[in-house]
Amino acid sequence: MARVIVNVALKSEILDPQGRAVSGALGRMGLDGVIDVRQGKQFVITIDGDVDAKRLKEINAIAESLLSNPVIEDFTVEVQA
Amino acid sequence: MTFRVGVVTFPGSLDDKDAARAVRIAGAEAVALWHADKSLSNVDAVVLPGGFSYGDYLRCGAIARFAPVMDVLIDAARGGLPVLGICNGFQILCESHLLPGALTRNDHLHFVCRDQRIKIENTSSAWTRNFQRGQEIVIPLKNGEGGYVADDYTLDQLEAEGRVVATYLELNPNGSHRNIAGITNEAGNVVGIMPHPEHAVEALTGPTTDGLGFFTSMLQTLAKTGRISA
Repeated sequence: MARVIVNVALKSEILDPQGRAVSGALGRMGLDGVIDVRQGKQFVITIDGDVDAKRLKEINAIAESLLSNPVIEDFTVEVQA
Repeated sequence: MTFRVGVVTFPGSLDDKDAARAVRIAGAEAVALWHADKSLSNVDAVVLPGGFSYGDYLRCGAIARFAPVMDVLIDAARGGLPVLGICNGFQILCESHLLPGALTRNDHLHFVCRDQRIKIENTSSAWTRNFQRGQEIVIPLKNGEGGYVADDYTLDQLEAEGRVVATYLELNPNGSHRNIAGITNEAGNVVGIMPHPEHAVEALTGPTTDGLGFFTSMLQTLAKTGRISA
């Protein structure tokens, strides 16, 4: 069994109003020195068996087509043994 | 001949009944299509209605884009079938890459619901040919994720090619780049619009009947070009 972590984040040039709202809350809660907050998504995919190169390619394709929208988001894929 | 216009219902669609009603008021037959359908039942045009398909989970329209009905619809749209995506339907068209760009969370984070004045910028698309260029109309707007975004190159291209269908007037309600309320594809048969023409087709319930023009435009397009059929 393997776990694959897909992190999705808005591209840096895309406005993130949710992150900005969180950033405002951090300031109100007394956390000093916050320059910016960006909010993203994490998908933890549990897979039966090992993640070989073919599987990893399939997961990358899914990350690009469904889990993220390449117009506005970037993603990373990480396999945990 | 009565044209047949499909209205797709996804789990979570809200405005499918209003869209079907608008189709009927414009003088066509409304055909109910279901997200799991693998055929478009030979309709002459399709409306993707507003709402919250699949609960807006993941991203608005992202899961709907992979519904079985979308496989056939994407092919048909590339073949010239007139398709109008309203609100969530616009989001689905962008997720399907039938239209460029994406719709993101309103910049002010609030859900917005208002009668919105917009300007018709393009009168050559399949869904706007009955309007006058520069015509100002008022139709309802209601969205949480209606901010249209695209890179500058795409925005420049849309404007240069006259593919911005409508822009917001008076105020920008959701942070859309260049006040864009709606766009069309290169061929002009696929249109996405964030405010709701289908809610402005009767004096009893709408702020105006301005929205009817989208549906009568499509019927005029079909009458002129003949059936493309899906």
